[in-house]
Amino acid sequence: MRFSLKKDKSGVVVVGVDGQLIVGNRQELKQKVLESLEGGSLKFVIDFSKTGYIDSSGLGVLVSLSKKIREQGGELRLAGLNADLQTLFELTKLDTLFAITRTAEEALAAF
Amino acid sequence: MRLDVPGDLGVVGDAVELVASHLPAGTLSPRRVRFNFRTALAEALGNAIRYGTGEDPTKVVHVRVELGREAVRIHVLDGGNGFDRNGLSDPTRPENLEREDGRGMFVMRHLVDDVAINEKGNGICLTLRVG
Repeated sequence: MRFSLKKDKSGVVVVGVDGQLIVGNRQELKQKVLESLEGGSLKFVIDFSKTGYIDSSGLGVLVSLSKKIREQGGELRLAGLNADLQTLFELTKLDTLFAITRTAEEALAAF
Repeated sequence: MRLDVPGDLGVVGDAVELVASHLPAGTLSPRRVRFNFRTALAEALGNAIRYGTGEDPTKVVHVRVELGREAVRIHVLDGGNGFDRNGLSDPTRPENLEREDGRGMFVMRHLVDDVAINEKGNGICLTLRVG
């Protein structure tokens, strides 16, 4: 399975992305997160510690999800980016749009 | 190395892995294969399938990887009508940051050493220098 969703004891949904987030699987991620949002979850962490690469469609879906979550009064945080992914976020200036932490645990602690 | 990829976005990940796994060791550093090569190929394939084939699985996108002494070149060609290069805006401008699309070419240009697009706009060549 490429995406895993787990809710921690404080109600934050941690989404794991295993492999890559690209044009071919971004809709699956979007659907899973939106279903959780519609189910009442408002706080999300996407954990990229097992992610090799993200293409521009993957970045786009993160932007879209962040907007939808904010519209509902929630927040999306990103965690676990490797050095290349961190550079990608900096190049695209998306690091200014997201709260990014080194680990999912740090993201959870910051909520 | 040549591969014909059907116009189905769902196969992009597998196609990228197939091509990357056939790159001889020592051409590009493992890190560049893992990130730059894979991301750039996924971008090019995704664009070709979306805009070149209209996501029609009966159509194909042609991928050719040329291994040179100094560079690896990825050629991606579709049968579409090409795209308007002048229509690309800077995705890092504040007014574009929250757009869902429009980052593909920008990302590719930063991940590889050279991007060349054919005159019709339906073929792209991505060059990564060896090392």
